[in-house]
Amino acid sequence: MASFLLPDLEDPASAPFWQATAAGELRIQACAACGARRMPPRPMCPACRSIEAKWEALSGRGTIWSCVVPHPPLLPAYAELAPYNVITVALEEDPSLRILGNLVARPEGPINEVDPATIRIGEPVRVVFQQVDDVSLPRWIRA
Amino acid sequence: MSIGIQDRTAIVGIGQTRFAKGLEDSELSLACQAIAAAIEDAGIDASEVDGLSMYSMENNREFEIARSVGLGDITYFGEIGYGGGAGCGAIGHAAMAVATGQCTAAVAWRARKRAAKSSRPWANVGQRLEGAQQWSRPWGLLRPVDEIAMLTRRYMHEFGAKREHLANVAVAFRKHANRNPNATMYGRELTHEQYMQARWISEPLCLFDNCLETDGALAVVIVSAERARDLRQPPVYVHSFAQSIPRQHQVMTNYFCDDPLLGPSYACARLLWERSEIKPADVPVAQLYDAFSPLIPLSLEGYGFCARGEGAAFTENGALEWPSGRLPTNTSGGGMSEAYVHGFNLILEGVRQMRGTSPCQVEGAESCLVTSGEGVPTSAVLLRR
Ligand SMILES: [Zn+2]
Repeated sequence: MASFLLPDLEDPASAPFWQATAAGELRIQACAACGARRMPPRPMCPACRSIEAKWEALSGRGTIWSCVVPHPPLLPAYAELAPYNVITVALEEDPSLRILGNLVARPEGPINEVDPATIRIGEPVRVVFQQVDDVSLPRWIRA
Repeated sequence: MSIGIQDRTAIVGIGQTRFAKGLEDSELSLACQAIAAAIEDAGIDASEVDGLSMYSMENNREFEIARSVGLGDITYFGEIGYGGGAGCGAIGHAAMAVATGQCTAAVAWRARKRAAKSSRPWANVGQRLEGAQQWSRPWGLLRPVDEIAMLTRRYMHEFGAKREHLANVAVAFRKHANRNPNATMYGRELTHEQYMQARWISEPLCLFDNCLETDGALAVVIVSAERARDLRQPPVYVHSFAQSIPRQHQVMTNYFCDDPLLGPSYACARLLWERSEIKPADVPVAQLYDAFSPLIPLSLEGYGFCARGEGAAFTENGALEWPSGRLPTNTSGGGMSEAYVHGFNLILEGVRQMRGTSPCQVEGAESCLVTSGEGVPTSAVLLRR
C-alpha cells in the first residue's frame, strides 16, 4: 500500500498535539508563564522566553483562510486521491493562529469528495478526526 | 557618504554552462566549467581566487572546486541556506569578505542537476516528518508549488488578483527568453490563451506559473572596486546588499504569522534601500526571483515598486515587458523561461544589463535590482555600473 507522509509521534515538541488528537481533542500549545498561544509548537515562548508550556483545548471551530487543489505529479498515496483539497483554517479562539487540514464532506469522508469549486475562503468549519495508520489527523467539515 | 560595503566591490567576471534538461556532465564538472569561464571573463589568474561563496544546497564542496579549477589558497569560504533565497546572499557574503579583506578575489556560483536526488527534498518518503513539515505534508501539501499556491489563493482573495495577472508575468518572461538564444524556451512562444488553457499543477497555479527544470551552472567573480578598475570588463558594483528572515517567518509554509502575505521581501527591501543612494523609482530594470509567477507581484510590492496589494495590477499593460514596459523584468527569461538554477541566472542577467550586453538591453540602465526567493529567508542586491 502506498504510504502517506505522517508525523514522528515521538518529536517532543509536538507529541502532546498528536496525543490530544488521538484522544479526539484539538489542543494548542500555550506558554505556562504568560499564556501566549503558539502554533506550530516550539520549545520557547517568543513573548517571554519561558520554556514551560501547557496544552489548551480548543473549540475545534474555525474558518477557511485559504485552499489549494493539488494535481499530479504527486507521491503515489496522494496521486491516487488527486485532485483533492488542502485548506488552511484560522482558529476561532484567535484567527491569527492557523492549522492545515482537508475539507471533507462527512466525518469519515475522503479528502477528494468535496467539489473544490464550492470551497470558499471564510467558510466556517469544525474539526473531525480521521485515523491514518497510527496517527489521528484533524480534518474539517462544514459547520 | 557611503554606507557599509556600498560600491566597495564589483562583479568583474561571469561564466555559465549551457542550460538543458539532462546534461551529461556531473554537477562538479558543470561548476568547474562555469567558474573557469567567469575567471577567464574577468581576465585574472585562477590562482588569484582566494574566496568561495556558495549555497548550502550546493552538492559540490569548496575543496573539490578549488583543486579542480586550480585556485589559490582559499582564505574565505561560506555558504547561505534556503535554496532560492541564497543567490544574492552568496554575492553579498563574497562582497563583504572582499570589502573586509578576508579575501581579495571571490567566486560565487551555483551548479545544479535537477535529476539529482537531493534537489527534491519533498520527494523523500519512508521517513516520519519532524519540525515544520509535519504541519503541512500529512494533509497532502507536498511540493513547493502547493505551498506557494496556498499563499496565492489568499493573495487573490485579499487583493483581487486574477489568473490573468499571473499570465502577464509568464508571457512577459517568455517574450524575453525568445530573444535569448541561451534560454531553454528560446523559440517557443507562449500566449495568454495557452496560459489560460494549461493544465493545473496546484490550483490556482497552472503549468506556466512554475519555473523550469534545468541542469546548468553559473558563476561570478567579485573583487574590490580598486582592483576592478584595472580589469578588462566594466565593473558592475554591488551598490547595496541585504538579507532577511522576517520575524515569525516559517520557510515556505509561512501561514502561521500575523500577516503571511507580508513576505521576506519587505524586511529585505527596508535595509536594501536604506543602504542605497538609488531608490525604487530610479531603478529601470529588475531581475526578480520567479520560481513561481505569484512571487513577482509579491516582490514588486515588497521592494517598493508599488503599494501593497497593487502588485498584480502593476503587471498590466505590458509593464514587465522589454522594451517599453514601466519595469522590464527578468530580461533574459528568468527562472520561468531561461533556466531555473536557483535564481543565479538572474544575477548574471543583472550584470549583463549593467555591461550593456543583455538580449533585452534597457538603454542607459544605470542600476538593476536582483532578488532571491520570496517565501523563504531571502537576499537581494542592487547592482550599478
Ligand atoms: Zn510566555
